[in-house]
Amino acid sequence: MLEIEELTTTYGPVRAVDRVSISVEPGAITAVLGANGAGKSTLLRTISGLVRARSGRIMMSGTDITRMPAELTVRRGLALVPEGGGVITELTVAENLRLGALWRGDRADRARALREVCELFPPLASRLARPASTLSGGERQMLAIGRALMSRPRLLLLDEPSLGLAPMITARIMQVLRDLRASTGLTVLLVEQNARSALSIADTGMVLALGQVVMAAPAGTLLTDETLRHAYLGF
Amino acid sequence: MDQFLNLTLNGVASGAVYSALGLSLVIIYRATRVVNFAQPAFALISAYLAYSINQATGGYWLGFAAALVAGAVLGMLTERLLVRPVRHNELGAIIVTLGLLIVLQAVAGMVWSNEPHSFPYAFDFRGDFSPNSVFVVAAVAVTAIGVLVLFKATPLGLRMRAAAFNADSARMSGVRVGLMLTVGWGLASAVGSLAGMLAVPPFIFPNVLDGVFVYALTAAVIGGLDNPLGTIIGGFLLGVGLSYVSGYLGPELVTLASLAILVIVLAVRPNGLFGRGLARSV
Amino acid sequence: MSAETSETTAPAPPAGRPPTRSAIRRRGLPPVLRHLGWALVAFLAVVGLTLLTDPFTNLRIATIGYYLIAIAGLALLTGFNGQVSLGHGAFMFIGAYTVALLVLHVPGLPFWVDLLLATVAGAVAGLLAGAAAARLHGPYLAGATLALAVGLPAVTQRFPDLLGGSNGLSFTVHSEPAALIGVVPTTRWQAWVIWATVLLAMVILVNLSRGRLGRSLRAVRDDEVAASLAGIHVGRTKILAFIVSSACAGLAGGLQAFLLGTAAPGSFTVALSLSLLAALVLGGLGSLWGAFWAAIAFVYFQAWAEDAADAVNLPVNVANNLPLALYGTVLIVVILVFPGGIHGVFSRLRAAVRSSRSSSSDRSEGVS
Repeated sequence: MLEIEELTTTYGPVRAVDRVSISVEPGAITAVLGANGAGKSTLLRTISGLVRARSGRIMMSGTDITRMPAELTVRRGLALVPEGGGVITELTVAENLRLGALWRGDRADRARALREVCELFPPLASRLARPASTLSGGERQMLAIGRALMSRPRLLLLDEPSLGLAPMITARIMQVLRDLRASTGLTVLLVEQNARSALSIADTGMVLALGQVVMAAPAGTLLTDETLRHAYLGF
Repeated sequence: MDQFLNLTLNGVASGAVYSALGLSLVIIYRATRVVNFAQPAFALISAYLAYSINQATGGYWLGFAAALVAGAVLGMLTERLLVRPVRHNELGAIIVTLGLLIVLQAVAGMVWSNEPHSFPYAFDFRGDFSPNSVFVVAAVAVTAIGVLVLFKATPLGLRMRAAAFNADSARMSGVRVGLMLTVGWGLASAVGSLAGMLAVPPFIFPNVLDGVFVYALTAAVIGGLDNPLGTIIGGFLLGVGLSYVSGYLGPELVTLASLAILVIVLAVRPNGLFGRGLARSV
Repeated sequence: MSAETSETTAPAPPAGRPPTRSAIRRRGLPPVLRHLGWALVAFLAVVGLTLLTDPFTNLRIATIGYYLIAIAGLALLTGFNGQVSLGHGAFMFIGAYTVALLVLHVPGLPFWVDLLLATVAGAVAGLLAGAAAARLHGPYLAGATLALAVGLPAVTQRFPDLLGGSNGLSFTVHSEPAALIGVVPTTRWQAWVIWATVLLAMVILVNLSRGRLGRSLRAVRDDEVAASLAGIHVGRTKILAFIVSSACAGLAGGLQAFLLGTAAPGSFTVALSLSLLAALVLGGLGSLWGAFWAAIAFVYFQAWAEDAADAVNLPVNVANNLPLALYGTVLIVVILVFPGGIHGVFSRLRAAVRSSRSSSSDRSEGVS
């Protein structure tokens, strides 16, 4: 599904992403872990096309999307839920969701997608006409994920979805991701500082430090192997 | 009582023009956070084109339509070529549009001379609240409603609003933000050209729209620069208010009154009556 | 007149290296005296220039003088403090009419008192405007100052007897000492008076901008919240910026009235305010040197364009409007290509020359 070769992104002289190579199988849930400033967010933003890569290649299902801007990668089936959600607070909940599917143009399918998202996240269904600014943190994150799902992605990138959320809501979100993978074969790339919750649903985990991949292993191994856990995950 | 009614109706008619031109400024400001000082110049050139077409063919409405198209084209070209490079430099954008204002007014003088030319009204303009005044108010009302409906109820409007509020999020939803900005400028300038066509008669000359522009900007500021509906309301209120000042206190006080109204409104609400301003997280 | 911004101050020599020659020179006199010295040199240069040129050019030189102080005031307000003012012309209007009214109604006052009062009038107006504008930002501030530029000159219509209506006020000032009348043409004398005043005012401005006020101004411009957290009184700083800049504009207006012998609303249009701002950005926002280039551009661009149009013998319409068309085009091109204005270009050249010179001196002294 996703093949990344020697990807490098720089901000001025700083190499935020430094020759990262990753391979993600279709239908896999991959956790990307690491401390603050390790380059995780930049990696996702580069893959999705919000930020330009300096060098390297990103291939999605055989298509080169390295130079593709965000508005076009969406059309290829890639959706990003950025850090904080990226919800547009001046719009209503319904408008945020509709926006996610506008590029597809099929009104009937849009309506269907809206229904599905509302089933997935019932709190959104009861707040459709309200401005997004009135939502709580957890509801906003649900809206953010819902908006991404409206575009019927094949690859979903999430940047710290559990940040600032109560454990119950985090668990719900993780469960939704797992269910989606089971029902639709959705591929997920999940950036988290909360390693435990991410690894609980992930197949593979990789650890970034200073922009480079320092560790990649099956999630189970990372969780159970004490030395690995202490060295890379801090617990 | 008669005079009061008269002044009110005339104020509504002139307020309509301020609303329309103010609306064009607000659409652009919301989309790109730039006050488009060149807007009256786009309207001016559009009106001059209408004038030439009218002279050549005798068709007022043909010229009217051409003016709207010309305005849209000028707006789109300006956004794409001149404003996009300086979008993030607030003062730079102001200067670029100021420069464009100067150039376009000078070009108008070069092509059509600085002498005033007679410019037709759309309809009969005689009488206390003439058919022309009715047309002015109706045209602006229809345009304003159309713009608001476009923004609130259409997919294009949703895309444009998303692009204006949060460009990155809009991109992530597949919105072609750059295109939306260009379209926004085009739409705004078409509205501005409408205002110009309504404001110019009876004479057209290169500085004819300067006064209207100041009042339009005042209306936009009073209403709140990020609020189209607020600007429309502000425009009508300003028009009526200034009409009363002119009628009861004397026409030479109108500009001072406009200044006073602006200061009072901003003293109470620094972001305009209905504006929201930009909150910053510290 | 060494008005330096933070980017152009001489870098301190790294520890361990002997101080460079220029650094030693700078540690000599206290800044105020140094600036007065430079002002004196500049004044002598201006006198020399006026002696070499005809009275008409002297007029232009005089004009550059008062626009210099006007634009320098705007540089302080908009450049250093970030408050975009589209109404600077209104304060020049106040200064000009103050001088006119004083000359006409209180003829006994010495002329320099009239100028001082024009400056004070500008400052008072700036206090009022600044207080009204302190809570406004960006386009709201721009809109309010634009309304000021439009509204204030209209006062002349309201009080036509006192203020002379659209024709304005005319008067004569006899400032030339008896000994020089006939020897020195009037415009040359006026140019000297104007430049002496302007250079003195510039010394004050330079010292203000390099001292604590200047730092506060920039801090507030860059980040109001951070500045207030650092103990700077934001509202007071912003009002102070208005006061100083309007005082400069008032002085400039007074000097213009002195030069032209009239004060009329037609000289203080919205176009003037917009042109002052545009010229400042053209000259370079970040430094008082920008005001210098701006004043020259303001006066001479128009003049050159008019002369060029005459020379080429164009049809009337084109000739009349060509100067403005060119000015607008230059504005657009300069902002797009050189956002730092003329001063920005020179700064970059100086930096390039400095870095090549220091690297070559490194090599010659054998320092690692």
